[in-house]
Amino acid sequence: MTNIFATVAVLAATEGEEMPSVLAVPIDELIIGLIAFFVVFGVLAKLALPAIKKMLDERTDTIEGGILRAEEAQSQAQSVLEEYREQLSSAREEASAIRTQAQADRTAIIEEARNEARTAAAAVTANAEAQIAAERAQATASLTRQVGELAVGLAGKVVGTSLSEDARVRQTVEDFIADLEQQAAR
Amino acid sequence: MSAEVVIASGGLDCHLMSGCGFPAPGAEIFQFDSVLTFSIGSLDVHISKVTIVIAIMAIVVMGFFTYAFRKPKLVPRGSQNVGELGYVFIRDGIARETMGKDGDKFVPFLFTLFFFIWMLNFAGIVPFLQIPATSTFAIPVAFAIIVYLTWVPLGIYRQGFIGFFKAMMFPPGVPKAMYVLLAPLEFLSNILVRPATHAIRLFANMFAGHLLIATFSIAAFYLISASVVGILGSAASFVVAIALTAFEALIQGLQAYIFTLLTAVYISGALRAEH
Repeated sequence: MTNIFATVAVLAATEGEEMPSVLAVPIDELIIGLIAFFVVFGVLAKLALPAIKKMLDERTDTIEGGILRAEEAQSQAQSVLEEYREQLSSAREEASAIRTQAQADRTAIIEEARNEARTAAAAVTANAEAQIAAERAQATASLTRQVGELAVGLAGKVVGTSLSEDARVRQTVEDFIADLEQQAAR
Repeated sequence: MSAEVVIASGGLDCHLMSGCGFPAPGAEIFQFDSVLTFSIGSLDVHISKVTIVIAIMAIVVMGFFTYAFRKPKLVPRGSQNVGELGYVFIRDGIARETMGKDGDKFVPFLFTLFFFIWMLNFAGIVPFLQIPATSTFAIPVAFAIIVYLTWVPLGIYRQGFIGFFKAMMFPPGVPKAMYVLLAPLEFLSNILVRPATHAIRLFANMFAGHLLIATFSIAAFYLISASVVGILGSAASFVVAIALTAFEALIQGLQAYIFTLLTAVYISGALRAEH
């Protein structure tokens, strides 16, 4: 029973005492709150955060710089590869052109040599034929003259007079020899 | 004799079956005696438990981050890792999310708001402190005033006096006749209601959470008695008080985040007119 009375007394006391509203804003608490915020803000903004901001920026730089460098190296490698390929293809073209040229040259050289040989052979043949013909003509002429002189001499001895000066006799001998030649040719 | 002391002594004697009613905690658990009172001019300054909690948490926040970021390394380790996580969370998760690259300038401001408020909330479940400093209305009001005095002048500076209020009161894409209704409402909602709700949301959440934990803690104590109902009820209350403490840990971070995110949204709106 005493307890109940005590509680009632407590409640009465609580009711009786002026209880400030929970929504009251005492000016000293407000000022303490403001000061506390600005102290914390000042310390963090001036002392703690600039260092970490700078470091994070540096890290971003490092990473992005690394990526940039890698990209640069890649593009460089790409251009070198391109150049190399170009060189390779031009070298191939050159080689093929040289090969074609060599083929053509070989054909031309062979043709030329063949022609030269043919010409030379023909010349040699012609020369020989001409010589032979000349020699034959010479031989024939000298033989004709000697046979004629021989026959005239012989006939003169047979007839007893010299016939060598007579044009009619020379005609007769020539006709005779021509006749002989015709017989030989037959 | 203050109400607090009476209730506390009454609470100690008071158990189920001992003929006394449940001493439900009320607003008085948020009232603390002044341990030191001094005057600056005409202003009486009362130093109470809440003031001490604020001082301790301010030192914790400043101390931790000054220590963590004292010599930052490119490859972070230890406390720098934790601090960096917080910094990047504020920068990317709040500032850049709402303002883009413009947000980088406001990172220290938002960073301070978030971590200071979080720690002041967190004091509610730190043994011996056991009072969220933000459940004292003056503290959220102080922060809301700082935020208000940041975004309003910033908006006027950036958009011009007329441009700022025009963008606020005459949102585009609304039928002309609606402005008769909309303009005064928008003005009220942005200029008067916004700072009030900003402060009250944080205060009321922390106040209610602390009251809940206190109620179940006192219930666990009150129900101890020589009866089955009393023992079971006491045990259940104790378990609920523990669960509520874990839940509060979540709410403390969440409310700090909401307060900071709203701040970022207000600043973002001041930087450029919303479309």
